[in-house]
Order: sequence, then structure tokens, then C-alpha cells
Amino acid sequence: MLKERMRELVQHNAYELLLVILLAGSMAFSASLSPYFLTVTTLFDMTSQFMEIGLMSLAMTLVIILGQIDLSVASILALVGVVLGLLNEGGVALGFAIPAVLALATLLGLVNGWLAVTFRLPALVVTLGTMALYRGIGQILLGDRSTYGFPGWFVSIDFRYIPGTPVPLPLVIFATFAVLFYVLLHRTTFGRLVYAVGSNAEACRFSGIAVDRLQVLVFGLSGLMAGIAGLMMTSRFASARWDMANGLELDVITTVVLGGTSIFGGRGTIVGTVLALFVMGTLRYGMGLANVLPQNQSVVIGLLLIVAIFVPEAWRAWRARSRRRAQKGGEARAEVARDSAG
Amino acid sequence: MRRDEAGAAGQPLHLTVPRTEGRARAINRGLARFRDLGLVVAIAAVAITTAVRSPQFATAANLQRIMLDISLLLLVATGQTMVVLTRNIDLSVGSVLGLSGIVVGFMLKSHPDMAVPAILGLGAGLGLLAGAINGALVSWGRVPAVIATLGTLTVYRGLVFIFSGGQQVNPQDVPRQLLQVARPGQLGLPPMVLMALLVATAGWVVLRYTRTGRAMYAIGSNPDAARMRGLQAGRIVFLTYLISGALSGFAGVLYAARFATVNPASAGTGFELQVIAATVIGGTSILGGRGGIPGTFLGALLLGTIANALAVSGVSGFWQRAIEGAVILAAVAVDAVIRRQAARGVAGRA
Repeated sequence: MLKERMRELVQHNAYELLLVILLAGSMAFSASLSPYFLTVTTLFDMTSQFMEIGLMSLAMTLVIILGQIDLSVASILALVGVVLGLLNEGGVALGFAIPAVLALATLLGLVNGWLAVTFRLPALVVTLGTMALYRGIGQILLGDRSTYGFPGWFVSIDFRYIPGTPVPLPLVIFATFAVLFYVLLHRTTFGRLVYAVGSNAEACRFSGIAVDRLQVLVFGLSGLMAGIAGLMMTSRFASARWDMANGLELDVITTVVLGGTSIFGGRGTIVGTVLALFVMGTLRYGMGLANVLPQNQSVVIGLLLIVAIFVPEAWRAWRARSRRRAQKGGEARAEVARDSAG
Repeated sequence: MRRDEAGAAGQPLHLTVPRTEGRARAINRGLARFRDLGLVVAIAAVAITTAVRSPQFATAANLQRIMLDISLLLLVATGQTMVVLTRNIDLSVGSVLGLSGIVVGFMLKSHPDMAVPAILGLGAGLGLLAGAINGALVSWGRVPAVIATLGTLTVYRGLVFIFSGGQQVNPQDVPRQLLQVARPGQLGLPPMVLMALLVATAGWVVLRYTRTGRAMYAIGSNPDAARMRGLQAGRIVFLTYLISGALSGFAGVLYAARFATVNPASAGTGFELQVIAATVIGGTSILGGRGGIPGTFLGALLLGTIANALAVSGVSGFWQRAIEGAVILAAVAVDAVIRRQAARGVAGRA
């Protein structure tokens, strides 16, 4: 009975288990590189490096399950940083500026969704355009300088901890959102609809589901999360530039896809995304400890992405083939048995 | 075989009632022409307003600069157009360009007297190899094109850094015979521009008049039907990646010739977006099956003209990115609206 249960668990969560093994592997790898890795403070502090990616990956998981993609998240992040900096320079209290830029980020996301839905365009093209447009607006607004001078309470979020513990604030924020997104995707009607639309949008439309509205909302959510990530990164760097987080959308998409979300939509989990985030973060941090240049780290991440897609796909194909062969073999044996009996 | 381009392609079948198919085809073909005309008008509008306001725009030297600027774009976008027509995408082109530029540049440091065709061949060969990996992953590895080439984008860029050790190729490393490629030659045009125009023309002929080219449209407009017709979809998709890779590698050498400097971090970084922008602005559908090289040429020309016009008229370069983004959105939105109107018109008349 227990054995049966275990097998079921493994079969249903094979990919998540693979990610756990990968995570253990990358931690062992990092620990072997530096004696300073396996300390509680290091393990916690390292997470602040990739919490922005994490926040955006949560919403991106929904976007990709819908069968869409959002290339503009890093540009929204940068624009949020720039606008926040300019408002701050203009003497607007951050208490007003922060809600304003979050509203802006959500609006930018909604615009992505609205454009895709209204003109029946693939999100890939729309967000390719807005990726350039949003970052370009930041460039026009700020030019080639940085904006800084944020109040003390706002900056260095990665050096703030839950009092008395080594848990940094960005991790707490990410964990909160991870739980929220888990509930949203796996425990609500909204989440089921995301899967349903991602599996078969046409059928959903005929079933009377407001497919378009759902899609616009999910893109709005993606914008909002990019906005929160923008606040976090601006706080960490205590400054903003138009070109901050350049290319980060690739890391976000890599995280989601490595987490087992199908790029064709309809399949994926928040747990997978969170695991993949930590696999990538640990790996990058470990390579950093080993003085591997960031550009060279990207090679490993890129290979990991390809392997993560290629291996499960090849495995599935191989299993399907061997099952078919086994079936054929079984039929032949049955025939032989019948013949000999007759 | 024409109907791949005009009638059945891109258009959901249920929209075209059989009896009106001929008319739908005609309307569609008219639209394609209308669309190209629109791009020409847009280019002319940008050019004329700039020429009126700043006299240095309409000079021979400046027009040559525009042509030089778009020839890299045109080369790579020709390959990309083929890939996109088959309903795939190649995001790795910028990294392949950088890789070829760096490897060739370092070769030239030690062998400065290599002949130009050999240098170009080397670059194209490297690109071919990179394209073969992309193609194998997509065609036979069943890795979705976006993912496969997103992965190789980072891997190839990483190889650029590993190979160069972070060192760039400097102007004194680029021999004179290669620099000549980007200098005016016969007909007053630099050989590099002629090469780009030649490649684009060849791509146009292949797509329009050859069996392989028509198969690219067929696969993009309906992969299942194409397979049932017995088309070797995998092989043809693989071929488009080979072409895209080889042209990107080729462009990497020309990049070195044009700029005399190849920096591992900046050479070709983000170029894939410009290439896809040129392709999409030119009317090639990201869903495959519709579009072609003439549109891509106009798309590249529009992007090049806008960039140049901004520089010449002294508008801050900061505007360029936002304007490019807006142009992409405007082009695809206008496209979508026109198509829907046309579909409605056809259905209404049936």
C-alpha cells in the first residue's frame, strides 16, 4: 500500500523530483567550491540576488500556462524604477509615488493584454514591441543618467531582516507572493480557467468563458509583479537607470520553463517555478563563488534550459515507443497462446 | 502553388467560402501590395520630412550610410524570414553574429593576409554549424523554437566570451582587404551592400519560385496538411535554420568590416530583436505561412531610415528605441485590422 502510494507520488511529480535532485546537486556543487557556502547567513543572503526574477516568474508561470509569453517584464521593471526616481526627484513622497508606479506597471501589463486581444495578435509580437517601447520611454524620460537620492527607509531592502532572524525581507516578500500565486493558480476557479484556456482556448470560448478578459487580467498581473520587482531592484541598488535589468526577461522565461511549464500552454505549476528559481539561483551563486564570469555562467544556464526541455521530451517519446512495442509484443504472445491452446 | 501566399495561408479556412475563394485570393494579393505600398509611403514620408528639415540627409554619403546600416539587418532578416515563414523563430542570430565576428577577428590577428572570400566563408561556416545545432534541436529534438534558440542565444554569447577571454577585436587587427568590403566600390556602392542585396534577391527567388521555398510557406500555414502532402517538414525547417545561421555568421564578418571593432559584449547583442522587427514590420506573420522578402526589405529600410533620420535631424538617440517599439506595434496592428476587414468583406459578399 505504502509502496503503491510512493510510486504514485513519484510518477505524478517526476519532474518536480528531478528539480529537487538538481537543486541538491547544485547546492553540493556550490558547497564543494567554497567553505563559506553552506552557512545559514550565506544561504539566506544569496536569495536576495534573484528575488526580482522570482517575483516576475510567478506571474510569468500563469502567462505561459495560458499559452502566451511576456517579453516586456524587464522593460516594465526598468520604467517603474525610472518613474519612481523622477517622482522622488520631483519631491513626490514615496508613499504616493509607490502606489502610482504600481498602478502604472499594472496598466502597462493590461495594455499588452489589450493589444493582443483586440488585434488578435500573438503576445510574442506585441510584447516584443512593448519591450522596446516601455524601455524606450524610460530612456527618453531619464536620458543617460542614473536617478538616486531615495530616502533611507526605502533603500537596501536586501540588508533588512526579520528581526532576530537571518531571513532577508526580499525572501519574505517573494515567499508571500509564492503562496498567493499557489493559491490563485491551484486553488481557485480563476486558476482552473487559466489551465483550461491554456489547453484549449477555442473550447473555452464556446463554453462561454470570457477568454479575452482572462488573458488581459493575467497580463495585468504580470505587469504588476514586474512593478513590484522594479521597486525591489531600485531599493537594492538605491538608484535606477533606463537600462537596468536589461535582458532579465530571458532569465524569467528560463526559470518558468525549467520549472516544467509547457511553452505550449496548459501545463505547469508554481512549485516547479519556485524550485527552478532556486536551482538557477544556487547554480549562479555557486559559479560566482568559483569566480566563473557571469557571461560564462550563462552558458550553463542556457544548456540547462535546453536539456531541461529536451530530456523530458525525449524520455516521453522513448517511453511511448517502448510501450507501443510492449503492447505489440503482448498481442503476439496472446496470439501464440491462443494458437497453442487451439 | 501561389495560393500558399495569398489565399489559404494565414487565413482560417472557415472564413473563405469556396465559391468566393478566387475573389478572396485576389483581395488578399491586393492587400499584400497595399501593405508594401504603405511601407513605401511611410519610408518616403520619413525621408522627405527629414530631407526638408536637414540638408545633410539627402546626400549621397548619407544614403550610402543608410544602405550600409541596413545591409547587415537585411542579410540576417532574409534568413529569419524563412524561419518565421515555417512558424518558427531564431532568437540566436545576434549571438551567432557576435561569435562569428569574434572568432574571425581573432583568426585575423594571427593570419592578417587571409583572402576576403576565405574570411567570409569561415564566418558563414561557423554560422552554419550554429544553425545546424538550432535546427537539430527544433526539428528532431522537438524543443520548441523559442526555447531552443533562447537557450542557444545565451550559450553562443557565452562562447563569445570564453573564446575571446573578454578581449575585443581592435581596428588594427582588421586587415585592409576586409575593410574594403564596407567602402564604396563598383557602382559607387560598397561590396557589402551589393552582397546583402544579392542574398535578399536570392532568398526572394527561392521562396517564390522553388519547390523548397513553397514548402516553407506550406509548412508554416498548415504543418499537418504539409506533412500529409508528404513534405519533409523536419528537413525543411532544419534547412531554414542552416540558412539563418549561415547568413548570421556571414553578417558577423561584415560587422567586423563595417565597424573594425568587435566587442564580445556588444557585437550583435539585441540584434535579434531588430531582425525580428524588420521581418514583422515587413508583413511576415509570426504565425507563419504569410509574408516574404520584399516586405522584409522594406521593413529593414524603414527601420534604417528612421534611425538615420533621428540621428541626422539631431533628435536625441534616446528616442530611437521607443519609436522602433511603436513602429512594430503600429505595423502589426494595422496589418491585423486590414486583414479582419478583408475577411469580413469576403464573408459579406459570399
